Amino acid sequence: MLELDDIQHFLMARPHAMVARYEFLSFKQPAGGRAWVGGIIDKVGVASVVRAASETESRWVTVAFTWNGLRALGVDEDSLASFPDEFRQGMVARAEVLGDTGQNDPANWVDGTASPELHAIAILFARDIPERERCRAEHGQFLAQCPGVEVISSLDLEATPPFEYAHDHFGYRDRLSLPAIEGLGGDVPTPGSGHPLKPGEFFLGYPDENGPTNGLPKPEILSRNGSFVAYRRLEEHVGKFRDFLKQHGETPGEQELIAAKLMGRWRSGAPLVLAPEKDDPELGADRQRNNNFDYGKMDPHGYAAPLGSHIRRMNPRDTAANMNRRRMIRRGGTYGPALPEGAPDDGVERGIASFVGCASLIRQFEFAQNVWVNDKNFHELGNERDPIIGTQDGTLEYKIPKRPIRKKITGLPSFTSVRGGAYFFLPGLKALRWLAALGESQPTN
Amino acid sequence: MHDTLRSNDWAQPAAVAIPKGGFFPDKIEQGRYGPIFPKTPACYGFSIIAKIIPGTEENFYQYARNIETAVAGKSDVLAVLKLHYLRWNLFEIKGDTYFQYMGIFDTDFDKYTEDAVAIFAATGLNTVFENLEGFPKDWKTNAAAFIKFVRDHHRPSFLEYGEYPYVSADEVKKALKLKAAFGHMLDYMQ
Repeated sequence: MLELDDIQHFLMARPHAMVARYEFLSFKQPAGGRAWVGGIIDKVGVASVVRAASETESRWVTVAFTWNGLRALGVDEDSLASFPDEFRQGMVARAEVLGDTGQNDPANWVDGTASPELHAIAILFARDIPERERCRAEHGQFLAQCPGVEVISSLDLEATPPFEYAHDHFGYRDRLSLPAIEGLGGDVPTPGSGHPLKPGEFFLGYPDENGPTNGLPKPEILSRNGSFVAYRRLEEHVGKFRDFLKQHGETPGEQELIAAKLMGRWRSGAPLVLAPEKDDPELGADRQRNNNFDYGKMDPHGYAAPLGSHIRRMNPRDTAANMNRRRMIRRGGTYGPALPEGAPDDGVERGIASFVGCASLIRQFEFAQNVWVNDKNFHELGNERDPIIGTQDGTLEYKIPKRPIRKKITGLPSFTSVRGGAYFFLPGLKALRWLAALGESQPTN
Repeated sequence: MHDTLRSNDWAQPAAVAIPKGGFFPDKIEQGRYGPIFPKTPACYGFSIIAKIIPGTEENFYQYARNIETAVAGKSDVLAVLKLHYLRWNLFEIKGDTYFQYMGIFDTDFDKYTEDAVAIFAATGLNTVFENLEGFPKDWKTNAAAFIKFVRDHHRPSFLEYGEYPYVSADEVKKALKLKAAFGHMLDYMQ
C-alpha cells in the first residue's frame, strides 16, 4: 500500500499551479540547513493532500537534496556510502555518460548547479505570478532566519502562450505519455500507455517490476518513500529551430511536417503513426486516442515516425526489451519569454527545466540519456542522435524514411543546449523530519 | 579512422592491434558501468573466463541443451543481446575446470546489460553462470553485482580482424534479404 501521506506529491500529483520557482540552495552550516528543513516541512505537499486539494489550493513546496547536501546536513558516512554510486558522484561527474560534452559541458552551465556547493532545491508552486512573488518573498524571509543557507540561483517557470494546453517553446504539446502507477487508485492508464507499473519503479521501499527490492540506502527511514530525480535545464534555440524548418520546408505545411518528423508527433500532439500525412489536432488533444499506437506492427520501417525521432527514442514501446524497467516520470515546465512567431531570435534564454523521477538513475535516466538519446547507432541508424535533445556537433545526420528514397538531412544543428543539471534525492516526509532532527536523539523508524 | 571504416569501407578487410589492457588510451569512452571496450573490425567482442565450481561440469552440458531448445522454440529469445556469435568452452588447467564464454556483439556490453540480465532471469538461461566461482547469488536483483563479476572476468583481446569490418548482424541479414528479394524479382520477370 502506497504511503501517500508520506510521499512528496511531486512525482504523483500535479498541483493546480500555473507557475513555479526553483531555488537552488547551499548550506554553509549543518545546523542552518537542518533549521531550514525543519521549518519548511509543513509547507511540503504530500501526495494524498495535493491529490485531494481544490483548485484554489496551490501553494505547495517540494524539496530535494544532492548527495553533497545530505552530507552538509550531517548525514553519517555509513548512510552516505549506501547511496548508489551515480548519485554520490553527481551529474557533473557523469557528464560523459550523459553526453554533456561540447557546448553542453557542465563548464558552460549558467545556474551554479555544477558546483559541489549545490545542496538542495526548493520548488515553490503557485497559482499565478503575484502568488509566486508572495511565496518568494516569504521564503526569502524564512531563509534569512536560517544561518548559512544561501540561494545559489533561482529560475522562474511560467507556461507559454497559448495556455489551453502544455507545450514547449518549439510549440510541441507536452505531457502526452506518462506511466501510470499501480495502487494509486482511480488512475486508469490511457490506451496505449501499458499497464500501471509497480511503485518500486519510482519510489524506494516498494516492489518494482522485478519483485522485492534490496540494497536501498540506509537507514530505511531516510530512503523509504523517496525517489531520485535528475534535473535538466535545457535551453531551446527557437530562432534556430524555426530557421531550420524554413530551410527544409518551402510551405508552412512542409515546415509542419518537418517539425513532426523530428518529434514523431505533430506539434498538436497527434502521433505520426496515427496521422502520417496530415495533422489532426482533435486526435492530438484526445487522451483516449493520442497514445494508442505501437511501432513494431504499425510503423516498422519508420515511414510515419522516423526511427530516430524523439518520441521513438524516448519511448520505443514494443520495439525495446524490458520497457517497464526504463520508464520515468517527467515533471517541469517552461522558462523564459515566448518568442513571437515571425520575430527574429532575441538572444534571450528560454527553454524547459524539467525533472526525471525514478528509483534508479543508472538504470532509468542514465540509460535513456546514454542509449536512447545519444547512441549514434540506435536502431542501426549509424550516425544520428536524438534530433531534439541529443548531443549534436554538426557532423551528425537525420534520416526520414520515405518511398521511394529517404530524405537525409546532414549537419543537423543543436536545437537545445544543457544549461544546468543535478541529481537530487526527493525524501518522504518522515525522512525530512529525520534529517531536520539529525544531531538530536533519532527515531529509528 | 574507425568511423570512416565503419561507414564506407565494409569491403576492405581490417585488423586492429589493441594495446595491453584492452583500451586505446586516447579514446576511452565512459559507459554507465565503467570504460567501454572499443569497437573493432570484428565489432564488440567479449570473453569471460572463470573457474567453475568443482563437480558442476554436467550442468554446463545441460545448459547447452537448454539453449538449443530455447532458441529452437523462440528464435528471437537472445535478440536483445545483439549478437553475431557465441562460443562456450570448458577446459582444464592444473586439474581445475575453467569456463570460457566468447561473444561477438553489435553493441558494447555497457548499453544493454540490464536487458541481458532480465532475459537470463526470465528464461532460466542463467544456470551456467551460477556454476562459476564468485558469481553473485543475488544477481537477479542486483544487476550491478552481475556487471562487476562479468567485467572482472572479461579478458580483453589484443588483436581483432574483420573480413567485413564493422558490419552489424542486422546489416548482414538485410543484405541477404535484399539478395533473396532480387532473386524473387528475377523469377517473376521470367
